Amino acid sequence: MSIMGDPGTTGRFGTFGGRFVPEPLMPACQELEQAFREAWSDPAFIEEYRGILRTFGGRPTPVTKCHRLSEHLGITLLLKREDLAHTGSHKLNNVIGQALLTKRMGKTKMIAETGAGQHGVASATAAALLGLECTVYMGEVDTQRQQLNVFRMELLGATVHAVTTGSRTLKDAVNEAMRTWVAEVEDTHYCLGSVMGPHPFPWMVREFQRVIGDEARQQLLDDEHGVPDFVVACVGGGSNAAGIFAGFVDTDASLIGVEAAGGAAVTTGSPGVLHGMRSQLIQDDQGQITEAHSISAGLDYPGIGPEHAHLDEIGRARYVSAGDEEVLEALQMLARLEGIIPALETAHGLAWIIREAGGEIPHGSTVLLNLSGRGDKDVAQVRAILRGEG
Amino acid sequence: MAAPDLTLSFAEHAAAGRKLLVPYVMAGAEPDWIDTIEALSLAGADAIEVGLPFSDPIIDGPTIQAAGIRSLEAGTTAVSALAELARRDIAVPLVVMTYYNVIAHLGHERFAGLAIDAGVSGAIVPDLSLEEIDGWARVCDDIGIATVLLVAPSTSPERTAHVCSRSRGFVYAVARMGVTGERSELGDEAAVVVEKIRHTTSPPVCVGIGVSTPDQARRVTEVADGVVVGSALVRRLSEGCGPDGAAAFIGELRAAIDA
Ligand SMILES: Cc1ncc(COP(=O)(O)O)c(C=O)c1O
Repeated sequence: MSIMGDPGTTGRFGTFGGRFVPEPLMPACQELEQAFREAWSDPAFIEEYRGILRTFGGRPTPVTKCHRLSEHLGITLLLKREDLAHTGSHKLNNVIGQALLTKRMGKTKMIAETGAGQHGVASATAAALLGLECTVYMGEVDTQRQQLNVFRMELLGATVHAVTTGSRTLKDAVNEAMRTWVAEVEDTHYCLGSVMGPHPFPWMVREFQRVIGDEARQQLLDDEHGVPDFVVACVGGGSNAAGIFAGFVDTDASLIGVEAAGGAAVTTGSPGVLHGMRSQLIQDDQGQITEAHSISAGLDYPGIGPEHAHLDEIGRARYVSAGDEEVLEALQMLARLEGIIPALETAHGLAWIIREAGGEIPHGSTVLLNLSGRGDKDVAQVRAILRGEG
Repeated sequence: MAAPDLTLSFAEHAAAGRKLLVPYVMAGAEPDWIDTIEALSLAGADAIEVGLPFSDPIIDGPTIQAAGIRSLEAGTTAVSALAELARRDIAVPLVVMTYYNVIAHLGHERFAGLAIDAGVSGAIVPDLSLEEIDGWARVCDDIGIATVLLVAPSTSPERTAHVCSRSRGFVYAVARMGVTGERSELGDEAAVVVEKIRHTTSPPVCVGIGVSTPDQARRVTEVADGVVVGSALVRRLSEGCGPDGAAAFIGELRAAIDA
């Protein structure tokens, strides 16, 4: 397999990936793989997918050159503006693809998990657009932290199911969505929100997100920036990172994934099997999965997509982490110097760039950051923290 | 005393026409769980499925999830549970049920060795599919642990044949699409799954997931060789029925399927 190519029928990325699901779900995973393979080589499907992203989703998103921040850091900083896509993040690219596949498979319902609510909102949006029923599983703790996003999903016609099992956060929302999928698989597609889970999800979601990297590659050529020295993205499950990496994996660019320090599956985790995949996970010495904690709910996942574990293993990408405090600093710096309030998730990538400019990132380098989402959803939380109430 | 062997014992029972009764107990969910297992073994169980807790049990419903959480909160680990089992002689075969990460984390050989020392002769690992099972199954074959695989209502006839030919000890027929948990009504999906398996060569067939009452157990064993009863027993244990109450419930199930 070429790097970031087709992982074949076993869905392996080196020793990672695979399909670790109970037998009742195996046929659904196989059906989905076949449907995706056919759709992804069907020009009519691809045209419909691209058409919706263009006329509904606002693609292509621009690349913005940061003038003041670049000068401040002594580098050329470019932003791929996924915050300007409809619903405010890269998540729409994936859900449009999966919602179209849902219809193609003759299913009428979608279920999705969500942490902060971005993937839930995107799923509810795609379901409304294409006339599908949508139920979103969200940990009870997160429904309380993100009440406005719960209401947004409901406005869009989705049902939000508060998950009260386990730690009542993102990983439990995934568990509950999988359990529901087992019972309702006949007419229901599970629209997973990142490059994780059993084959074909990690591959399929990366393919639906590669539009970010493919566009950016061409845009940088057109603007005479050429290939950047660094391509940087935040990593929860790793979908926005996989999408932008896919456009540059065959170049000399250094690929950097930035995890939350409290959920750094690559740097502090170990190999294991969760949610249908073998990957790097945060777990205790008995193989029990532990909770991730950070300022951003969207990065609070105790694992990482298996392809990232592989890119790390072969040394093609590097995974680092950023802590809550520098993330808050980075968010404010981008707001004040460039007029862009990024999502807290995204600010992790920026925090690493700010820390390493002039260090690991030599002065004069060109750095492309995937600005995966806008910060509107986070302003209440940021306000509370900055006022010392958080 | 050598521990009873699942494959041999089930083949003998099935040949003799005895219906197989397999209750499920979550290790460590109650302090006297070992006494419960012993009581079940004397009250008519043909084998006992012993759950080892995992933080993220995706095929389990609320009752078994809660038992798993109680067990983890009590400090149970795979190693501690197997060590406790090793200190008791249980007169019927033991089958461990856990998720793959628990096994992978200890290592295939180490886990299998501890299981054998505990008198375990079968293993159910629901998230280890036919496609992923080779490494673990090889170790089990070598050491003498039967790898029990699942057939679901969604499994195609062709795939059913592959699963049955790789399954050891018995084949676990999933009674309905869904997670573990009690059901007031058991549809006819179970009979359809068993019928599908009957078209292939396979070890004895036990139906599980959702079977909750003596009457359901009796109806299921009219078509299948045996029945697995989980949540209905785990709920009684969580409500404090204790080893004696567990034995009484198993006695009712036994009487129903022997009638
Ligand atoms: C704006 C934004 N960026 C990043 C992420 C993390 O997801 P992933 O790593 O799959 O891109 C999220 C998840 O909610 C998000 O909302």
